[in-house]
Amino acid sequence: MERARSSPAIEFRDVSYRVASTQVLSEFNLQVQCGETLVLLGRSGSGKTTSLKLVNRLLSPTSGEIRVKGVSNAEGDVIRLRRSIGYVIQDVGLFPHFTVERNIGLVPKIEGWPDDRIRARVQELLQTVGLAVDTASRYPHQLSGGQRQRVGVARALAADPEMLLMDEPFGALDPLTRDELQREFLFLQQRLHKTVVFVTHDLREALRLGTRIALMEAGRLVTVLSPVEFLRSTDALAAAYVRAFGEGLESAANRGTS
Amino acid sequence: MNVFRFMLQNRGQVLELTFEHLRLVGFSTLFAMLMGIPLGIAIAHRPRFNKPVLATANIIQTIPSLALFGFLLPVPWLGERSDRLAILALTLYALLPIIRNTYTGIRGVDPAVVEAGRGMGLTESQLLFQVELPLAVSVILSGVRVAVVISVGLATIAAAIGAGGLGEFIFRGLAMVDDRVILAGAIPAAVLALAADFGVGWLERRLQPR
Repeated sequence: MERARSSPAIEFRDVSYRVASTQVLSEFNLQVQCGETLVLLGRSGSGKTTSLKLVNRLLSPTSGEIRVKGVSNAEGDVIRLRRSIGYVIQDVGLFPHFTVERNIGLVPKIEGWPDDRIRARVQELLQTVGLAVDTASRYPHQLSGGQRQRVGVARALAADPEMLLMDEPFGALDPLTRDELQREFLFLQQRLHKTVVFVTHDLREALRLGTRIALMEAGRLVTVLSPVEFLRSTDALAAAYVRAFGEGLESAANRGTS
Repeated sequence: MNVFRFMLQNRGQVLELTFEHLRLVGFSTLFAMLMGIPLGIAIAHRPRFNKPVLATANIIQTIPSLALFGFLLPVPWLGERSDRLAILALTLYALLPIIRNTYTGIRGVDPAVVEAGRGMGLTESQLLFQVELPLAVSVILSGVRVAVVISVGLATIAAAIGAGGLGEFIFRGLAMVDDRVILAGAIPAAVLALAADFGVGWLERRLQPR
């Protein structure tokens, strides 16, 4: 499973990023393998979100490069790059003046898909994320937080990207809805095998969803571990996280199969 | 009532001056929108320029209207036709509310929506025309509404430099010390202002995003 057959899906090479005099990211090196869910874990200000935005070039590195499928993402068309990578953020950012259907179908539409294919795709995606098909005609303000984020995920999947960038997508949801969406995310990932980079500050979420966890602190990568390794790690910061989150983590990490 | 009898007797002229008035207001509002909306968008995207642009528009707004008409009178091409001059002056006055509301409207779009759109791979122009402008349109229109109402009032002063419009009646009435003549200009002007306020307001509500 961990065979390095081809180039990694996403690769950070000596990436640094600074704004004014603040060093947000320092000599960041990381490889994300095809089909894995790599979790970036760290406290706020540790550079997780910045790393994510560097991948789809919402930000450009001060030095170093980010390779997507073996090619530097600074080359080529930024619009093409972004359309090939799904992007989900905590605030969802649904277009409030569009129906759910138009929200999900926007990228396919500007990519010139025929209308009936878009409609079919929207229906399919609504089912994929566990929403009723009649949600299509509703507006974002008529949905609950959980439903909105499901639409957010469906929208990111619309043009069938190989990769997903998820920035604390479940962070603003209540614990029950979060639990539900995490479970569905795992279920979805078993079928879709997308390459996912997932940002969170919640260790429990990281252990549950990640195939590997990249621990970040103050713009540096501390260590990359599997969930099980993470719990046994002697690294001071990893241990501090485990202590902070207390008991019951073993069961979260042993999420059965896959 | 005397006023209405007077207006009825002179209905030809009332109508003519009303159309002149509408023409002054219509053209100046159109030009102000053509300049103000792109400027408002530009400063919303480049906040560096927002202070100087808004300050300039603010200063223009503070120039007394009669003085502005006077200042522009000696300008070569403009001074030849007083309606050109009046339209320019009215355009300058209409700029501030339009620029400011465009700026406010675009800045008021939820940053998460813009970020999501950009992250999905919308081009800057797709982002502007499909997301930012539709979401800002009612705020922009309320700026236009303020601009139109101001212009209808200010345009009466344009008669002082011979640009026509309903101000003709007002100035003539002042000279003749005849209230009927003043009101024959003032009443249609007030009706125009109310109608414009209502019309643009209606459009504003229609285009309001949910």
